[in-house]
Amino acid sequence: MPNSLIKISDLTFSYRGRTIFSDLNLDIAEGKVSAIMGPSGTGKTTLLRLIGGQLIPNQGNVMVEGKSIPSLSNKQLYQSRRRMGMLFQSGALLTDLSVFENIAFPIREHYDFPESIIRDLVFMKLEIVGLRGAYKLMPSELSGGMSRRVALARAIVLDPVLMMYDEPFTGLDPITLGTIVSLIKELNQALGMTSILVSHDVKEVLSIADEVHILSNGIVAASGSPDELQNSDSDWVQQFLQGLPDGPVPFHYPATDYAQSLKEDIK
Amino acid sequence: MSMDWLQTIGQKTLRFFQRTGRAVIFLVHVLSGLKMLVQRPRLLIRELYSVGVLSLLIIIFSGLFVGMVLSLLGYVTLVDFGAEGSLGVLVSLSLVRELGPVLTALLFSGRAGSALTAEIGLMKATEQLASMEMMAVDPIKRIITPRLIAGILSLPILTAIFMAIGIYSGFLVGGVWLGVDEGSFWSQMQAKVDFQHDVVNGFIKSFIFGIVVTWIAVFEGYDAAPTSAGVSEATTRSVVHSALAILALDFVLTSIMFGI
Ligand SMILES: Nc1ncnc2c1ncn2[C@@H]1O[C@H](COP(=O)(O)OP(=O)(O)OP(=O)(O)O)[C@@H](O)[C@H]1O
Ligand SMILES: [Mg+2]
Repeated sequence: MPNSLIKISDLTFSYRGRTIFSDLNLDIAEGKVSAIMGPSGTGKTTLLRLIGGQLIPNQGNVMVEGKSIPSLSNKQLYQSRRRMGMLFQSGALLTDLSVFENIAFPIREHYDFPESIIRDLVFMKLEIVGLRGAYKLMPSELSGGMSRRVALARAIVLDPVLMMYDEPFTGLDPITLGTIVSLIKELNQALGMTSILVSHDVKEVLSIADEVHILSNGIVAASGSPDELQNSDSDWVQQFLQGLPDGPVPFHYPATDYAQSLKEDIK
Repeated sequence: MSMDWLQTIGQKTLRFFQRTGRAVIFLVHVLSGLKMLVQRPRLLIRELYSVGVLSLLIIIFSGLFVGMVLSLLGYVTLVDFGAEGSLGVLVSLSLVRELGPVLTALLFSGRAGSALTAEIGLMKATEQLASMEMMAVDPIKRIITPRLIAGILSLPILTAIFMAIGIYSGFLVGGVWLGVDEGSFWSQMQAKVDFQHDVVNGFIKSFIFGIVVTWIAVFEGYDAAPTSAGVSEATTRSVVHSALAILALDFVLTSIMFGI
């Protein structure tokens, strides 16, 4: 059993009274690709933000590299974040900086490197995501898929110990998709990065993840290696992995009965 | 019914104090970024350009016209008493004590304050601030501190420009166009405008307005709801609250500085 880089224990979190997690326990193994899956709106993005210390749990603890994230001082938190990389679901590029400067941003902020080294680092990462030719463009001139690739290059530019990908595969064409999938695997193997991969793309996830955790209703509903989950006899897991519309997992956000609400409107 | 009403007032008051408290904590955090600004003055220079230099045009034009109108109206009144020689005193005292600091601050909040609020609010709505946090860059120190300091430094300088242009355009209308004696225009001004009492106090006002307007602008942006409606509301609030704060503070400051 490898060490856990992240230990989440008895985590409870709610947004203004709406509970997202209740007593969630989850360990993320060091040096592995751990996938987090779950229906839309179950709190996958929220979980990443709790790990990054951008949200504070109501109860419970989030330990990253042996440090309790919620109780760190502001300064210590920023120190810890230097070892993390996060790919935002939206990309979140800095809109007044060019592609080149976006990727150079974390380097310039943290190190006093000469311009030639910054150039090399930036172009190396741009080459990996296939966008070296686009270095001059502004974020507004990029397509959705290109933005996330630039954001990915930016997130890995300082070779973080922990890399969190929030839906890295959405909006990518099949060729780029294949490249990014193998890139995530390569970064993980070559640099020993611990990777957390949030994604809905079952096929891609099962092909690269070492472990898969499925969230539902505020807890980890199922965990295991891709093989274990695929052979699971739980209806629930099967429904989720095969993407069946009907089954124990509800497709709808909790609401009153549809027919009932129509009648009420008429009254 | 009346209880509802009371409750609403109570809630509103409570929310006001909560928000003010947040704004103060925010300001302390912003000021903790001063060290970084000293190490990287270029961050400040860029903001001085977009906050200060880009506001120059509107300040110059307003100063020009305000000075001309003041001079014209002053002349019409003074000439009846044969006191048009004091036109310089009237124009310069109005500008230095009152119109310079107040009008420049109002214009500044419309030109630069609203832009700051919208820019920061949008950066929040598009998760740019959150992504900086995850790159271990404190967005308050990196983004907000330079903007706040640039605003505080720019406003007094813009005010000085406004005053100078206003006085000179007042002279052009009075001295050149209406024929007021040039010598008495300037010499009476020099005799009657006290450096300590008038000029320094005018700049103290402008300095305080600079702090308040920029603080409101950056806080509203940072505290905006991360949606398009949220940013637009924050921008409106930034300009409205700034204007109210400027006018109310002006009354308080004037009564302390020039009151009996
Ligand atoms: N800022 C917020 N304020 C209030 N509620 C929020 C906020 N952000 C998210 N939520 C709620 O928390 C829940 C979890 O949101 P989150 O973004 O973590 O979902 P997710 O699992 O990442 O979904 P998706 O797969 O669609 O990205 C959602 O149901 C959402 O309604
Ligand atoms: Mg999400």
